[in-house]
Amino acid sequence: MNWLLAFFYRLINICTKELLAVLKDPSSRVILIVPPLMQSLLFGYAATYDLTDAPYAVLDQSNTQVSRELLARIDGTGVFHRVATLNSSDQIASVIGNGEALLAIQIPADFDTRLAQGQSAPVQMILDGRNSATANSAAGYISAIVASYNRTLSPDAGPLVSVESRAWFNDNLQTRWIILPGMIAALSMIQTMMLTALSVAREREQGTFDQLLVTPHTPLEILISKAVPSILIGLVQSTLVLLVSLFWFQIPMAGSLVTLYIGLLMFTIASVGIGLSISALSANMHQAMLYTFVLIMPLMLLSGLATPVENMPDILQSATYLNPLRFSIHLVRAVYLEGAQLADVVPDLIPLIIISIVTLPLAAWLFRHRLV
Amino acid sequence: MNRPELAIEARTVHKSFRDKQTGKTEDALKSVDLQIPMGSLTALVGPDGAGKTTLLRLCAGLMRPDQGELKVLGIDVAQHPQPVQDRISYMPQRFGLYEDLSVQENLDLYADLHGVPAADRIERYRRLLHMTDLARFTERPAGKLSGGMKQKLGLACTLVRSPDLLLLDEPTVGVDPLSRRELWQIIQQLVEEESLSVVVSTAYLDEASRCDEVYVLHEGELLAQGTPDLLCERALGCCFTAVPGKGESPRQLQSRLIDHPDLIVDAVPHGGEVRFVTQANVTQEALEPLLRGARTQAVPPQLEDGFMVLLRKRLGAASPDVDSLERQRSIAGPPDEVVIEVRDLVRTFGDFTAVASTSFDVRRGEIFGLLGPNGAGKTTTFRMLCGLLPSSSGFLQVAGVNLRTARASARRRIGYVSQKFSLYGNLTVLENLRFFGGAYGLHGKRLSARIVQVMEQFDLSGQARTRSGELPGGFKQRLAMAAGLIHEPEILFLDEPTSGADPLARRAFWRRITALAEGGTTIIITTHFMEEAEYCDRIMIQDAGKRLAMGTPQQVRELVSTADPAQGRLSMEDTFIGIVEHSRNGSAGHSEVNP
Repeated sequence: MNWLLAFFYRLINICTKELLAVLKDPSSRVILIVPPLMQSLLFGYAATYDLTDAPYAVLDQSNTQVSRELLARIDGTGVFHRVATLNSSDQIASVIGNGEALLAIQIPADFDTRLAQGQSAPVQMILDGRNSATANSAAGYISAIVASYNRTLSPDAGPLVSVESRAWFNDNLQTRWIILPGMIAALSMIQTMMLTALSVAREREQGTFDQLLVTPHTPLEILISKAVPSILIGLVQSTLVLLVSLFWFQIPMAGSLVTLYIGLLMFTIASVGIGLSISALSANMHQAMLYTFVLIMPLMLLSGLATPVENMPDILQSATYLNPLRFSIHLVRAVYLEGAQLADVVPDLIPLIIISIVTLPLAAWLFRHRLV
Repeated sequence: MNRPELAIEARTVHKSFRDKQTGKTEDALKSVDLQIPMGSLTALVGPDGAGKTTLLRLCAGLMRPDQGELKVLGIDVAQHPQPVQDRISYMPQRFGLYEDLSVQENLDLYADLHGVPAADRIERYRRLLHMTDLARFTERPAGKLSGGMKQKLGLACTLVRSPDLLLLDEPTVGVDPLSRRELWQIIQQLVEEESLSVVVSTAYLDEASRCDEVYVLHEGELLAQGTPDLLCERALGCCFTAVPGKGESPRQLQSRLIDHPDLIVDAVPHGGEVRFVTQANVTQEALEPLLRGARTQAVPPQLEDGFMVLLRKRLGAASPDVDSLERQRSIAGPPDEVVIEVRDLVRTFGDFTAVASTSFDVRRGEIFGLLGPNGAGKTTTFRMLCGLLPSSSGFLQVAGVNLRTARASARRRIGYVSQKFSLYGNLTVLENLRFFGGAYGLHGKRLSARIVQVMEQFDLSGQARTRSGELPGGFKQRLAMAAGLIHEPEILFLDEPTSGADPLARRAFWRRITALAEGGTTIIITTHFMEEAEYCDRIMIQDAGKRLAMGTPQQVRELVSTADPAQGRLSMEDTFIGIVEHSRNGSAGHSEVNP
């Protein structure tokens, strides 16, 4: 009992010191609050593949009431505006080639006869592949328009043109809805990893780490003291981004906050584990900074934040299983957008726990055993 | 071009810096006047923070003074830095050697940078390499040179062209006594053979005494200037040595003397005697109660004596209240018990042997000094003792355990003060003390009581709410000591605790240390001020990982100066150089003292 009490006293003592050390530094106080706000706004506005004004061209070889009706729907979205009405398929190459139109829609001559006979009627769409993201999103729009048109044509029969929605949970086709929940995890990871990576390295550089090692504090206590403030700060930053997406961008949240925070806690512990391992390995802050930068880039790229993991080559897909961000982004999106329950996200939690179990003891061991 | 009479002329030069974090403005130089003539060797002397580096950087045209006029070689350096820089060479404290380039490549690089014509280079290189004794190592990467050799190479690179004025910023910092002596030989040779003007800053007074003219800086002010002899004269007729009476150690006599600042300016142990400087007009009778029968003898003053008189006049006494430290007998166990035992300790890094089969014991209440040039293995030994570094082989026990493998609670018995007085700069003095107290298991009333006590013992009162990063150097050192002693450890480890401190602060530091030892605390200390070895009960000298000598300072001294007692006592520095040179010259069978 006494032993436990002493342990408790020492733990509070060393955690207080860590929190004070971070929060009393005016420059680090700024770093903790400004970047998450700034970046979440920036990503919310700037990182968007959404279309607002897409030029397109039409080659209506059918030129019937049915085809005109379909085109009217496209024109009516306000997103697409027609820059050219073509007479022959030769002209398509030039309007796409010189960038006049992002896409061209060709409606074949037999369009209405096929529809009348209940056959599938293909509409050809030619996209400017040079801007794949925007083109993809334009294609998504067109498909959605065609699909809704299909429904009005024959509500009972199956769709005559099969359309797959690009963003299933994103009815408004807004990339922001996909990006921002991902940022809840991604932004706090950058900050917590940087913070923890510098924490031990800073003390090594200033010589206080030796001072700490000769006190009766055990590596476990030192580990906890380094991890707890970083975890708290990471969660605060996630909360900031969450607030921005909820109240500024007004993206409605489908799932429960408790589930979300359980997931975020597990994720932050895993990031802190990685950060502390980097820190324990580094001889100075310079090295720690470098290692963190080298690591953060692939972690972000292989996370599914910007590009779907399913589109990556197999070998990189396997690599994403080592990435805590991959699981946390999946988890946050599932909870936030789909309203997933705790039981649903267990497959995402397990890898995060495994990463923590490996990295945290590794860091604690490295505190004392790193060859100087 | 007419040759100016003065190399440097400063009129009321003022420079201050703003601390970005606190927004406070610190004066680095306060209205300094200087006239340094051409062709002389001039020393700027002062502890850390005196303003030496700032002054040199102003002279090199790297910064502008806030106020005042500064002429270098007759040119206003603030207005026209380039023509000045074309004619001077400046060697900063950390000279920018390219560690992966060889000695020769570094020389070539600096010759290219300064546009030294190819025709002149061969002769210049030959001369520089000869002077620095680096001719054998031209192919070696600079990173693989020892600290002293690096400094010599830095000096050679600075001198690839012949400047009119050479500015050297603490060229001997972190350099062992041997290399220090060699560097000074080079500098003096330059002054004589090339009639070069040299301005060198240093914290070592023995170095200053080799110069033509000395400028004493303290906290941005010029305290005094003049030839070394002129400065010595301030202590003329006040310098004595005393042989302690029967049953008394020199340290006890020294403590008693220095505790009476009204009579005594300075007292240091010196080879079994005590060297002291009295206040002016102090009679022998007044001293008698302090000396208690010790035989005294008048001696000629040294630069340090004059310097101490100056500092005391300026700063007043710095005698700490040490009663409570002496009374602090928290230790259970018999005196003279062996508390540190080291047998055949070895530490290797790859195929480099940092510590080779070293053995020694330290007894309770001893002050044990680890001395050696850079890279001698003293820091490695020190870190192994503290449990910060595993040993490669050998036996090691501190307070009955090996701190590396023992339970964490065993570390409660030791205190540690690291080289850089490592404290949390963002935290206040109080927060630091509270943290370290808590780390050693103190809390509640006991912790508060100890904090009050150490703040008194180490003169920190009134600073409780100051961020430790803002403390001046001397305070930092005292706070580090207070933090290391807050839990009243049995054994205190001190790694170069006096580097960068002014002599007055060093006296106060040692007074506290001797009081602690008096109270039974065992002290292990490394230092590069060789004279400080005199305070130790026993010292060990290491070089290239090997133990060269061990014993009382007097015993170690006798290893070198067996002959010629008429010459007086050898300084600790000469002793050290003698022992290390003796060993490096590969002499057979060096005898050792084993008490």
